[in-house]
Amino acid sequence: MKIHEYQGKEILRDYGVAVPDGKACFSVDEAVAAAESMGGEKWVVKAQIHAGGRGKGGGVKLADSVDQVRAHANDILGMTLITHQTGPEGKEVKRLLVEQGAPIKDELYVGLVVDRATQRVTVMASSEGGTEIETVAEETPELIHKVSVDPKTGLTEVEAEGLANKIGIPDELVGEAGKLMQALYQAFWDKDASLAEINPLIVTEDGRVMALDAKMNFDESAMYRHPELEELRDLDEEDVDEIEASKFGLNYISLDGTIGCLVNGAGLAMATMDIIKLYGASPANFLDVGGGATTEQVTEAFKIMLKNSNLKAILVNIFGGIMRCDVIAEGLVNAAREVDLSVPLVVRLEGTNVEKGRQILADSGISVISATTMADAAEKVAAAAAGA
Amino acid sequence: MSILINKDSRVVTQGITGKTGMFHTHHSIEYANGKQCYVAGVTPKKGGQVVEGVPVYDSVAEAKAETGCNVSVIYVPPPFAAAAIDEAVEAGIEVVICITEGIPVKDMILTRDRMQGSSTILVGPNCPGVITPEELKIGIMPGYIHQKGRVGVVSRSGTLTYEVVDQLSKLGLGQSTCVGTGGDPVNGLKHLDVMQMFNDDPDTDGVVMCGEIGGTDEEACAEWIADYMTKPVVGFIAGVTAPPGKRMGHAGAIIAGGKGTADEKIAALEAAGVSVTRNPSDMGKLMQEALQK
Repeated sequence: MKIHEYQGKEILRDYGVAVPDGKACFSVDEAVAAAESMGGEKWVVKAQIHAGGRGKGGGVKLADSVDQVRAHANDILGMTLITHQTGPEGKEVKRLLVEQGAPIKDELYVGLVVDRATQRVTVMASSEGGTEIETVAEETPELIHKVSVDPKTGLTEVEAEGLANKIGIPDELVGEAGKLMQALYQAFWDKDASLAEINPLIVTEDGRVMALDAKMNFDESAMYRHPELEELRDLDEEDVDEIEASKFGLNYISLDGTIGCLVNGAGLAMATMDIIKLYGASPANFLDVGGGATTEQVTEAFKIMLKNSNLKAILVNIFGGIMRCDVIAEGLVNAAREVDLSVPLVVRLEGTNVEKGRQILADSGISVISATTMADAAEKVAAAAAGA
Repeated sequence: MSILINKDSRVVTQGITGKTGMFHTHHSIEYANGKQCYVAGVTPKKGGQVVEGVPVYDSVAEAKAETGCNVSVIYVPPPFAAAAIDEAVEAGIEVVICITEGIPVKDMILTRDRMQGSSTILVGPNCPGVITPEELKIGIMPGYIHQKGRVGVVSRSGTLTYEVVDQLSKLGLGQSTCVGTGGDPVNGLKHLDVMQMFNDDPDTDGVVMCGEIGGTDEEACAEWIADYMTKPVVGFIAGVTAPPGKRMGHAGAIIAGGKGTADEKIAALEAAGVSVTRNPSDMGKLMQEALQK
């Protein structure tokens, strides 16, 4: 689960990480009032969307006066911000963060991830803040310093100060920077985060160390023990269809192709997308109906797929194990009757009770193009979409 | 022979009184030597019951003392599953197979840390399990699609594994053992570990490995294959079309920071001499060709 920068900063502030004074605002007037009440001479108006690359897209602006805060807030609030992470359609800005400007002397980077290879949390730090860390990793990997954290001890003072030293924090601030990193690790650990990134971490002209940005993602599997994080979920930032699908226990992700896919199991669902591409078409979605889909779930899955105006055909690929093919076939027939099936439907069933399943489809009278193997199914659905 | 499990394994189901545990224990007992192999169940405070003809104990340690079980399978709900793994490890169970999906990553980091220095092998979590065809099935896979034979199968995913197995069986290529390593980022056996076991197994002639986007398990395995593997390996990597930053169902299946793409994995495997197909319909056929060479 993702949260906004201002929410991340609130969490970090609670853990003792220094962040600039700031306030989340939902209107231009609120932004102006926030700048006035904070005081100071410089402010930053920052678009709050979940995607990165906001600065480049024009979503982060400096203001030298309250009037400028008003002007920037006016420009940014309601704009459609396009960044490399939003896709070409962009994202409407509905929230702002107004912060006091900080006198930046140096921009650094610190990030935390769960490392699969070591099966621990890794803290990464670099002197090259403010840019994309992927670029640093690619071009100058020697400038990224890592510590693999022992879960029993957490990030120790020695480790944290060692990192601070390596990324060029001035000697007199190493202690402060180390404490900040330790606090960041604690927040990550306590909140079941899957990613935390401070880019940039700054050293100010007046000798402070501060998190100027905060990106935090959390482990969905741990949400049951974090109701306080669940409250931070911003449904405006999530795909409407993905939310709808999750209500029915369906794992759905919108893509930009034309072939709707309904598959059981994540690995097989990805493989189905891949084989569609291999046969010259393109998947409109990833959809895993899970291990025990019901008729209701299958019907909902069809409704969600059919909402997509780019849709030209649907491919159902089910390998029945615990889930029997006859049950799936009945679900398909019911779904096809309930929804207005406006595109060709290719079905490939295999596994438990497959003959019964195929018979149910054949007897139903609904228009189904049946396929035997995955390749056969992909070829047929690509042809059907091309003809539609 | 086979790897990890065979007809001499003695299995305890942790979480046997739950709906899922009961259902899959039932089907596993019906498969091949299941009746002899499944000897115990564990659910705290439910000791003394009999479920699916199997005695239930309060703890794994007690089940082991009474029945000599050496393999455990876990169907415990996610909030308690990591603790169930810990319990099996502490009781000295040799192979622990955790089916549970949705265990918090932090719990698994702690459990894996506690497992350091232990000889227990963990498979999963969030995996379909392990089957040695016509001997023993431990997990949720449909038993009847499998055939006894000499091809090893290792995969992160459930239904994609069934797809491979079905293709192999239809070509008359049986399987020595099929292992699902699971879709979570922090887990037990990786592709590499299973590959080593298959290489050492005299009754395995070749291996099909299915990988997917996310992490670098497949790359690590490819490096080892290049240096040490003596048997033909066929590979498929799911997620060539997956966009970066989107989690494809499995907690671990995500391209993050430009890493973990299918193309990188395919390149690594091909460089190691693995026959990689981009067509998931061709996995069985490719194995057949590789074995005939």
